[in-house]
Amino acid sequence: MSRTTAAVDPSLPDAWEDLVTTALLGTDRRTPAGCVPGPEAPVALLDAVAVATVRRRAGLRPARAAERPRPAPEDPRPPLPPAAARRLTLLLSDRPGTSGGGRRGTAPDLMELLPQWLAAANARGFAAPPAALPALLDAARGRTDLRPAALRFAGPRALWLARLNPDWRFALRSTPGGGTSVPGPDDPEGVERLWQEGLFAERVALLTALRSREPAAARDLLATTWATERAEDRLMFLDSLRTGLGPDDEPFLERALADRSRNVRATAAELLSALPGSALAERMAVRAGACVAVDHTRDVPTIVVEAPHECDAGMERDGVVAKAPAGRGERSWWLGQLVEAAPLDSWPRRLGGRTPQEIVALPVADDWQGELHAAWCRAAVRQRNARWSRALLGEPSAPEAGGPGAVSLAERAKLLDTLGAAERAEWVAGFIETHGLSEAFQLLGVCAVPWAAPLGRAVVDALNIARDAGSYPWSFSGVMGLAERCLDPSEASRLDALLAIPDEPENASPGAGGYWSEAFQRLVTTLRLRAAMLEELSPAGA
Amino acid sequence: MTQQGVRWTADQVLALAPDTASRKAGSKLGTAGPWSGSGSSDEGAVWGLCKGSGSRPYQTVVDISDASGPAYKCSCPSRKFPCKHALGLLLLWAGGDGAVPRAEAPEWAEQWLTDRRGRAEGKRAADSPASPASPSGSAGPEAARRRAERRAERVTAGAAELEQRLADLLRGGLAAAEQSGYGLWEETAARMVDAQAQGLAARVRELGAIPGTGPGWPVRLLEECALLHLLDQGWLRRERLPEDLAATVRSRVGLPASADGPPVRDRWLVLAQYDTADARLTTRRVWLYGTDSHRTALLLSYGAAGRAPEIALPVGLVLDAELSAYPGAGQVRAALGERFAPPVPTAARPPGTTPARAVARYGEALRDDPWLDSVPVTLDRVIPVPDGDGWQLADADGDTALPVTPAARSRPGLWRLVALSGGAPVTVFGECGHQGFTPLAAWPEGPGEAVPLC
Repeated sequence: MSRTTAAVDPSLPDAWEDLVTTALLGTDRRTPAGCVPGPEAPVALLDAVAVATVRRRAGLRPARAAERPRPAPEDPRPPLPPAAARRLTLLLSDRPGTSGGGRRGTAPDLMELLPQWLAAANARGFAAPPAALPALLDAARGRTDLRPAALRFAGPRALWLARLNPDWRFALRSTPGGGTSVPGPDDPEGVERLWQEGLFAERVALLTALRSREPAAARDLLATTWATERAEDRLMFLDSLRTGLGPDDEPFLERALADRSRNVRATAAELLSALPGSALAERMAVRAGACVAVDHTRDVPTIVVEAPHECDAGMERDGVVAKAPAGRGERSWWLGQLVEAAPLDSWPRRLGGRTPQEIVALPVADDWQGELHAAWCRAAVRQRNARWSRALLGEPSAPEAGGPGAVSLAERAKLLDTLGAAERAEWVAGFIETHGLSEAFQLLGVCAVPWAAPLGRAVVDALNIARDAGSYPWSFSGVMGLAERCLDPSEASRLDALLAIPDEPENASPGAGGYWSEAFQRLVTTLRLRAAMLEELSPAGA
Repeated sequence: MTQQGVRWTADQVLALAPDTASRKAGSKLGTAGPWSGSGSSDEGAVWGLCKGSGSRPYQTVVDISDASGPAYKCSCPSRKFPCKHALGLLLLWAGGDGAVPRAEAPEWAEQWLTDRRGRAEGKRAADSPASPASPSGSAGPEAARRRAERRAERVTAGAAELEQRLADLLRGGLAAAEQSGYGLWEETAARMVDAQAQGLAARVRELGAIPGTGPGWPVRLLEECALLHLLDQGWLRRERLPEDLAATVRSRVGLPASADGPPVRDRWLVLAQYDTADARLTTRRVWLYGTDSHRTALLLSYGAAGRAPEIALPVGLVLDAELSAYPGAGQVRAALGERFAPPVPTAARPPGTTPARAVARYGEALRDDPWLDSVPVTLDRVIPVPDGDGWQLADADGDTALPVTPAARSRPGLWRLVALSGGAPVTVFGECGHQGFTPLAAWPEGPGEAVPLC
């Protein structure tokens, strides 16, 4: 309601201004119009203002409507079943930081279940209840790991909403083309127009969406404007070619190797090296091959390494970074980059027809083993080479698998990621059976959810052993938390025996039994809750 | 009792929580895990055993059959009321997934339920008009009249002092008021408390806060000073005012009044419930709409700091009950009388109006009560629209709009409203006044439950 349109009497605003000015200065300095100066002046002023105030309020008019936002796009997905909508409200009301902290007790950690709930709801294709969108966006804002699933579930209306609230700008940036604002395959002019005229975020979204649909079309679209893009933008656009990368992309990427920007060149080289048949990969294979050989003159065949002596222009053009980070020898730095970018399948030919297993088992002369194996690990991850990953991982029960061997736990986790879900779970289960839980957290993180039966059993058995050993459960809180989220809910019944408070063994930490019972109770409660959550989301159960 | 088979929603249960910590703790217990032996009866009782940190589980019973609101009993030591166990149990029951089956109440629950219902019956019998009048007025009408006179004298002295204070302020100018600061107003407010004029004291305290409210404060301060002056004058000349207006003045000044209007029985739709709290007191406002009488009424209930006010009516329910109005012209405040049935979910909505009619209604209400800040209004077919830094609710079928009050702009409820609308028309209930519109509840254009915005 604007004050200027409020007055019934056109002369009133002036009179009002006069009253306000008098009040500000005080009646000792200024006498209000129509009043006698003197002791009665303030009262007369208040009388006049009281009348004017009520008059102004009573005469209020509605304001003129501002320009209305375009309506949010339709969400064609079906609404959530009522029970699932209530569950979502509960999960979202459990915001971190509102609890007193401290011991967790037996109650499940609802916020931790949100990712799963979102995944299940997305898998079933439900639409988010509109009134829950602000809480959903706030949750996604606080936790980047939630964003992809939360935004997919939140749907087109959330993007519409995010345009109106600066707090939710992240949604516009991080939506991987999922919004319906990206023109579909049947609208080539729309694609062209958005590509030519859209904002940067919209163009990235468009390119990503197109790339996941028609990789070649996305690359061609990018090629049309490549020369005129800014360097930062070229880098982001190039990065979106990671999806659906194939041999057809090679010519384009080769051209990008001559880019003005060093970061663009490096990314192009990285992408090319992930294409084992590319010319770049071939050049790298030749360079790397020249550095690594098997020496048969020793008692046992041994790998000898002769790191490159210089980083020539050709290497730099192929993405090798010449300047080593502080504290690293530049020759080993160059070697690592060459081996990492060389196709793994070229090594058996180069190293006497040996299998990856045999190559990894060979001794390496002069302390080069760490450098070489680490580079092979990076190559196996980049080229998603399961055979090499398997060889580099080794047997899960091998003694060095648990210790700080040539391959760190973080690298193992990445290698595992290149294997199939079942093989991954089996390897981690074997690892836990031999080495226990203390090092398993990172590895468990890459296993598919819900955990396959053998993995689940290995974890529960290991927890049981840890309890019998008399330690406190919070030493295993990381794994416990993972188990709550990842164990198959159907395993809940197998855990019943663990709920009782056991007799305390002599060497146990005092009270540990009770805490373990509490922790297992929370585990079972959480599993039951997850089962209920999924039930609520199944259309038949609605 | 009509409760059978009707389960509440989780939102409605959570609205009973005394504070956010209990709400959170309760929602964690709203899962089957810690509960055993839970069940519910057709008479509207829910019970269960909740595993806590001790060896013995807590025994929790909730009686939702009572028309005056749910009653709770839990063996836990918590002083929160209801405790997290009662909330968790109700959530479990609201979830409706078979976790709380129909059953015969166990002895420990039955005992309490029987005792409670026995007491409730006894109380109702005592309250009924047939019973002899309560002996509270035993000192006789003469003594009461003398007390009232003494109080009126004190208020008159307070009002006169306040008039003097306002005159001094205007004599020196408002520009000087910024420097005088909060302390002076606080002192004047304390004098009004001594004068037993709570209403004047509250207004004075608000005056002290106005210079800190940003640009345009002198105009706001002037307006409020003038209205306070108007109230003083109204009190000093109350004998010459029409009876209704005099009653309004008395209640605005802060004299106690009782809700002696005739009881109106209706199916009252719960439109909004929200709390405002200061250091000493939590004030809960509940807006109700009578589906037959078409009246909108306000229930106020108070709780000492940290405790939930007594009345808890979750939004979206309908309550069969009697309401009695407080005296005064244009008075919307009422007191809850007898409840005939527990609140149940409903799809009913209040009928709406346009933004233009809404401000006109506020203007008309000022005739009865010039001190009124806002009136309850339901807007039909409005679209939340961003307008510069703020928001407005624009008529979907016209070019008029109501600005959203600055205070409501920063609340999360505004975004729920915007999300619910998605640029399409919605029905919004709220308070419409000189500062703009405060949205409190909304309904989607199509079918759907009420969404609380406060």
